[in-house]
Amino acid sequence: MENYVIEMLRIRKEFPGIVANNNINLQVKQGEIHALLGENGAGKSTLMNVLFGLYQPEQGEIRVKGNAVKITDPNVANDLGIGMVHQHFMLVDTFTVTQNIILGSEPKNGVVIDTKRAEKEIVELSKKYGLDVDPKAKIRDISVGMQQRVEILKTLYRGADVLILDEPTAVLTPQEIKELMKILKSLIKEGISIILITHKLKEIMEVCDRCTVIRKGEGIGTVNVQESNPNELASLMVGREISFTTEKAPAQPTEEILKIKNLQVKDIRNAMMVKGLDLSVRAGEIVGIAGIDGNGQTELIEALTGLRKAESGKISLNGKDLTNLSPRKITESGVAHIPQDRHKFGLVLDYAIGENMVLQTYYQKPFSNMGILSFKEIYNYANRLIEEYDVRTPSPYTQAKALSGGNQQKAIIAREVDRSPDLLIAAQPTRGLDVGAIEFIHSKLIEERDNGKAVLLLSFELDEILNVSDRIAVMFDGNIVANVKPDETNEQELGLLMAGSKKQKVGDQ
Amino acid sequence: MFSNRLFNIFVPIISVLLGLFAGAIIMFAFGYNPIEGYQALWDGAFGNSYFFGETIRQVTPYILTGLAVAFAFRSGLFNIGAEGQVIVGWVAAVWVGSSIEAPMVIHLPLSILAAAFAGALWGFLPGLLKATKGVHEVIITIMMNYIALHVSNYLIRNVISDGGDSSDRIGDTASLASNWLMELTDYSRMHYGIIVAIIAAIIMWFILEKTSSGYEFKAVGFNPHASKYAGMNVKKNIILSMVISGAFAGLAGAMEGLGTFGYMPSHSAFTNLGFDGIAVALLGGNTAFGTVIAAFLFGILKIGALNMPTSAGVPSELVEIVIALIIFFVASSYIIRWFLLRMRKEEK
Ligand SMILES: Nc1ncnc2c1ncn2[C@@H]1O[C@H](COP(=O)(O)OP(=O)(O)OP(=O)(O)O)[C@@H](O)[C@H]1O
Ligand SMILES: [Mg+2]
Repeated sequence: MENYVIEMLRIRKEFPGIVANNNINLQVKQGEIHALLGENGAGKSTLMNVLFGLYQPEQGEIRVKGNAVKITDPNVANDLGIGMVHQHFMLVDTFTVTQNIILGSEPKNGVVIDTKRAEKEIVELSKKYGLDVDPKAKIRDISVGMQQRVEILKTLYRGADVLILDEPTAVLTPQEIKELMKILKSLIKEGISIILITHKLKEIMEVCDRCTVIRKGEGIGTVNVQESNPNELASLMVGREISFTTEKAPAQPTEEILKIKNLQVKDIRNAMMVKGLDLSVRAGEIVGIAGIDGNGQTELIEALTGLRKAESGKISLNGKDLTNLSPRKITESGVAHIPQDRHKFGLVLDYAIGENMVLQTYYQKPFSNMGILSFKEIYNYANRLIEEYDVRTPSPYTQAKALSGGNQQKAIIAREVDRSPDLLIAAQPTRGLDVGAIEFIHSKLIEERDNGKAVLLLSFELDEILNVSDRIAVMFDGNIVANVKPDETNEQELGLLMAGSKKQKVGDQ
Repeated sequence: MFSNRLFNIFVPIISVLLGLFAGAIIMFAFGYNPIEGYQALWDGAFGNSYFFGETIRQVTPYILTGLAVAFAFRSGLFNIGAEGQVIVGWVAAVWVGSSIEAPMVIHLPLSILAAAFAGALWGFLPGLLKATKGVHEVIITIMMNYIALHVSNYLIRNVISDGGDSSDRIGDTASLASNWLMELTDYSRMHYGIIVAIIAAIIMWFILEKTSSGYEFKAVGFNPHASKYAGMNVKKNIILSMVISGAFAGLAGAMEGLGTFGYMPSHSAFTNLGFDGIAVALLGGNTAFGTVIAAFLFGILKIGALNMPTSAGVPSELVEIVIALIIFFVASSYIIRWFLLRMRKEEK
């Protein structure tokens, strides 16, 4: 008999109007990294929430180390040695790393918390597993990558030997992903078993031993990763063949749509992040901004969309000055924006998905007449977008927060692209999307371009930048340091440019 | 077991029942008969037409202060200042009601609007400070309550005074009182204000559920970042929401000034109408319809309780405790929600 640490057998979980998991089996071997693969909305997060005790299944059996168990809440899961890192971190911003890790299971010295001992234990743990953290730093001051390591340490500190990671790499930069992969490998050496949810087949091929595929709530099966390949995994997951490179005709750029001159923008801490940047995007082209996170990309986009004041410089669209106008004025001038942080900016999670589809246009005809909303028009429109962009939701009346992460993203993209703006700003548009959806979104961006729109794409994924852009602007330290053509460069060169170690004269396109 | 909608209705009902039950235990523990006590409460609210009229009279301002708190809450603001807004509304209503002579079709609406306007102004200031300076509205509204209390007392004693500790009486043309309703209810102080309150509830429902402004208010309440991203003017919405909230509370003052009393006595302490409005809104789930229902419950408890000392011998302090227990259980409805959710899980 196999030595399984986790066995989930014939699991069924329903939500109003939808069966999220139907008869799914998942068997995880001791000490392996087990991938969970499936399209957006396939039911991966749901299945893991069942295992972690957040949801109760309607049917099925869970065994941990051979014993049948009933996981009624996350405390039970903790006691069974199951730890979970959610896609959206659950850390207290103003607490230190140590405080966050021990929260809820503090080591006591009498009645006072023994911080010294806790710090020592954390340092030991982090050495043992190669999880580099600064125990005294506040969460709000550390990088996303380190926050994630804190989350992992939190589960290990509670004695977890089965680790669930829900899309850990969606929020990481390529460098951070490399580090995480190393960490995962060292964790299994210490006998920890890992369930990894990811949409990136490359990552599965690189670190996973086996992979369980689910499609539309149904278990499709489990494959040995070594005996498989990305194409097979993708077609198992989607049920059809997928192409990985996006077909596109050469760009035919015409007049200049967006022109940025000598732009300076500060961040919240009052540090200058965009330092006199020049950039232009023409109709009919996709300009990709490549760069390592933290080089002013966020501030640039927030200034372009009116979410942040520019200190100086000029932004114009079709010759019209947009600098420091309100977001509404900018939107009405023909700018659409797929925001990087979908939960913070992109959606009102408590609103129905249909209501979210008119987030910028609710006050315009036909959605509103003399200040009175027409829900008939709103939901008709929403139904069309849901259909056209394959947003998987039980109905347009479902609250946005009940959608799977990827489907929330698709809803935002549908809304922004469908307004068919002169300039589409897409910041990490495919974050958290499955390969099929990525293919679809890329073709949508290219379709917009072919319709004579200007597209500004920000992405940390070099694959995406190289595949989709017609021109790449490399951003480093608040400036565009290079303009390159995707077919005249490669990942290595881009990497050097992004690190600022190789300079190119700006302006030669 | 039940749908989500039903579930949301169940929670407050169970909270109230638990509160009544806890109240019964307290009465029992102190040697009073809970059945007699609650019988007295029921009779005190509905026992005869006088009590019934008084209950409706009490419900009227509760609806309006409840709406005030609920409206602000829906846009993410905590308006503790309903109390002060009631007071300035009352002053304004009585002032216009007593110092102007005009036919009723002008005088009465004008007096009511004056109250709404005064309340709106009292909401505007905290809204403005919150929107422009980021000062928390709770702090400012609490301070505005005290300003309202003391300014109104000054005005009542010195400016619109009847010479003593009360304001002038309002003219008949500004009065909401109705002989017909009074006779019908055995000379209770019931007045036409309940109509104003119900209309206000319908207006709130309409604004929030049917208009694009309501869409903005709620969006700002749920997620100000996304609202800003969507091009909404978050600051304007904060101010406007406080203004509308204040106007509702100001109307509650008009109910007292133009309906129940016909004048304004100087107050040594708060009226508590605004503070009770917080509990009303909470119990009503911050919806217009829920607030009306909750206001009725509160009115019944408040008026019915007056009968408990005389009919059942339960001291009024104990009555206060019983009411407080009900509020407590309502406020902790989150625990009840959790418990019900568990039951729902078990059942499946
Ligand atoms: N709390 C909920 N209430 C109602 N429906 C839900 C809820 N959570 C998830 N669902 C639905 O269940 C289905 C599966 O969602 P789940 O989040 O498990 O997908 P996923 O595989 O994790 O997708 P993604 O890759 O996009 O994160 C979706 O159709 C989703 O709309
Ligand atoms: Mg998910």
